[in-house]
Amino acid sequence: MIVQHEPKQEVLARSAAILDGLRAILPASNVIGDALRLKPYETDGLAAYRQPPLAVALPTTTEEVAAVMAYCHREGIRVVPRGAGTSLSGGALPMADSVVLGLMKMNRILEIDYADRLAVVQAGVTNIGITNAVSAEGFFYAPDPSSQLACMIGGNVMMNSGGAHCLRYGVTANNLLGLKIVTVDGQIIEIGGAHCDAAGLDWLGLITGSEGQLAIVTEVTVRILRSPEGQRAMLAAFDAIDVAGACVDAIIGSGIIPVALEFMDKPCIHACEAFAHAGYPMDAEAMLIIEVEGSTAEQDELLGRIRAICDRFNPISMKVSNSVEESMAIWKGRKGAFGAVGRISPDYLCMDGTIPTSQLPHVLRRIGEMSAECGLGVANVFHAGDGNLHPLIMFDANDPESFHKAETFGADILKLCVEVGGCLTGEHGVGVEKRDLMTVQFNETELDQQRRVKSAFDPDWLLNPSKVFPLKLPAARSLTLAAE
Amino acid sequence: MSPVTETALQEAILAAHDTAEPIWVYGQGSKAATMRPVQAARSLTTAQLSGITLYSPSELILSARAGTPIVEIEAALASNNQHIIAEPPDFSRLLGATTPQTIGGVVATNLSGPRRVAWGAMRDHVMGVRAVNGMGEAIRSGGRVLKNVTGLDLCKLLTGSHGTLAVMSEITIKVLPAPERRATLAFAGLDAAHAVAALSAALGSPYGVSGAAYLPADAASMVPMVSWLGGSVTLVRIEDFAPSVAYRADRLRADMAPFGAAEILDDGASRALWSAVRDAAPLPAAPQDAIWRVSVRPSAGPRVARALQLEFGAQYFLDWGGGLVWIAGPATAAAHEAVCEIARAEFGTWTLFRAPEALRLACAVIPPEPAPLAAIAARVKAAFDPKCILNPGRMRAGQ
Repeated sequence: MIVQHEPKQEVLARSAAILDGLRAILPASNVIGDALRLKPYETDGLAAYRQPPLAVALPTTTEEVAAVMAYCHREGIRVVPRGAGTSLSGGALPMADSVVLGLMKMNRILEIDYADRLAVVQAGVTNIGITNAVSAEGFFYAPDPSSQLACMIGGNVMMNSGGAHCLRYGVTANNLLGLKIVTVDGQIIEIGGAHCDAAGLDWLGLITGSEGQLAIVTEVTVRILRSPEGQRAMLAAFDAIDVAGACVDAIIGSGIIPVALEFMDKPCIHACEAFAHAGYPMDAEAMLIIEVEGSTAEQDELLGRIRAICDRFNPISMKVSNSVEESMAIWKGRKGAFGAVGRISPDYLCMDGTIPTSQLPHVLRRIGEMSAECGLGVANVFHAGDGNLHPLIMFDANDPESFHKAETFGADILKLCVEVGGCLTGEHGVGVEKRDLMTVQFNETELDQQRRVKSAFDPDWLLNPSKVFPLKLPAARSLTLAAE
Repeated sequence: MSPVTETALQEAILAAHDTAEPIWVYGQGSKAATMRPVQAARSLTTAQLSGITLYSPSELILSARAGTPIVEIEAALASNNQHIIAEPPDFSRLLGATTPQTIGGVVATNLSGPRRVAWGAMRDHVMGVRAVNGMGEAIRSGGRVLKNVTGLDLCKLLTGSHGTLAVMSEITIKVLPAPERRATLAFAGLDAAHAVAALSAALGSPYGVSGAAYLPADAASMVPMVSWLGGSVTLVRIEDFAPSVAYRADRLRADMAPFGAAEILDDGASRALWSAVRDAAPLPAAPQDAIWRVSVRPSAGPRVARALQLEFGAQYFLDWGGGLVWIAGPATAAAHEAVCEIARAEFGTWTLFRAPEALRLACAVIPPEPAPLAAIAARVKAAFDPKCILNPGRMRAGQ
């Protein structure tokens, strides 16, 4: 079980009064305090960790969020913000003495402006909900995390979510114009707006990806983009991982940036094929899915160039889609990869490191050796263009030893990512899952610098506690306060 | 002080920290004439922290020490047909600078060119930094990979912080393949409102427009590549593989026929034209004029320009689809207040980009922050630079 800060006993002792306090701010139906109804909030997408909160508050307006925050601040109550609860790093895991601030009722789209190419939405609008709202006019919201049907834009901002198409369109941070935030003490601040590049410090960039450590996000102004004329995928399979990696280098070196460039290893190909019957080559050691966009003629041109490059690496098979249906078939296995692994193993841990792409053969070889050593299977999917690696470690959650081995295996993979010049997390966030590995990537001076920035926003460390930073008392705090 | 290693940089800052003496921090000083002047006992240049330390074209990554001249980086990238995505401008002419700008200076000021409208700002492509804070501590954030959400994103916080939080010693940026070909559609004779409608149509098309600017007649006359068209010009850039550029230019010309018959400028003319737009060369600013950059939602650009023409006969041009308004006018407090007022009314932001030192000291050169944010900002400043020695007052008086 994950270690958290000690719950504040004086807060636990006042739980009934705190529920009354919240009900004085919100309609009673939007405050949850009974054990049964708290159950759904005890975990998120990282279901191995569970902890029911003291209460759940479900505000419907920014002003209500501000009132709840002011109340909790006054009372010294910790607050855990939550969107759809799809975090894979335990980013929304409650503490026993915390109020979960659920933003899912703030699900309205406030403004869409096609001429200025932006949309203003509340934090609880789903990622796909934005695209759905603008698709009739031929627009879309670019970041597309695989949880996009469920995950909410507020959570996307907090985790700086990516997706399969970031190589071309960037991550969440690159697709934002403005935020409305509520500070830990309940003040409402507008950051940025409908324009580019607000003068002064880049608060928008700092808050994006801050995992609920700095402020609550209630409204988001996103850039919307016109959809391309079309897109088409191809598949190329190779008999060695190194060869597939070299092929990726050659494609990018030729000046082509495909909108998606996905890599799957043999265990992943097999799991996906058994699940989706996508026609993947079962004898391949590695497979690439490459997607381009543009008019049909432009797709032909780009796919022709890419095919010529792949040919130089002796692919054991290659398939270029000729239609939307064929592209969907190629993607079908990849998009179902997590579910496919879930079918062949009782449970799996989805890891999320990033590595310099040149290190891929070395890293996959090492992961294979580790897998053999600990006796747990692993399947690898990889956003090959940007180096984001997702090893899926297979284990059995009913067997404590298996779970422990999986956690250790996962940590070893992430340490390896850092060792070869990469990082602990490319898009899932640190959360509780990778919190204690932060010292692998950062030294204490660097962690203290980050802690002091956190303290500048949240001097009492009430926001999303026990996440991101290794548990130690924020000694750095006194420095900040002394300087005031 | 001109340290040649990061350790020497740490020692220089630590010494100033121990005596609480403010430092004017700069690269080559090419942008010293913008923002507020720093009154400091010491000065520190990163000019000698120079050189590209890592360039991996297939990983789309380049690292360089802060004092590396941008031209050196651009040359290295060009030899592999790659480029800096945000197209950083060179304002030497505008600011009367004779020194080359450095990667540290470009990142510290977060200045981006025309491609910003489609591909993001400089800060969007800063993947990693090494820096020394106001206590002489070396810190790193980000790294050398393209996707990284590990810990707070101090890269973004330091980008655009004008050296007020920490002194960057090394920077890693994402780069991309340079386009094979460029072309520009030029529509003659539109007024500003119709021009921005045209630019919105272009940017809202599926044809990957990467530049969208409007030069009113006076501004267009400053640029030889378009002055021959006579009157105002509305400019739409496409950059891509050669067959795509030809196809997309045709489609855009057909789809945008309601805005007039577009002239197509070829690759060479497009390069020269967009370099000029990037560097604000079309702005008809007299040597004694003040210059402002106002950023608003694109549809508000023409209203901002119109209001300031009426107010003080402003000269201007629009970039970023109408959202970036470059303004020239008298270097007076009254003109400055008029710029601030219209920017506020349109919920935008502004920078007094060039003005005599007296005006830059007397006025706010960027908007003030709302009180709760200013309080946070003061604590963030203290979190990096508790003795307030790094470029004090550079962005705002007393900060």
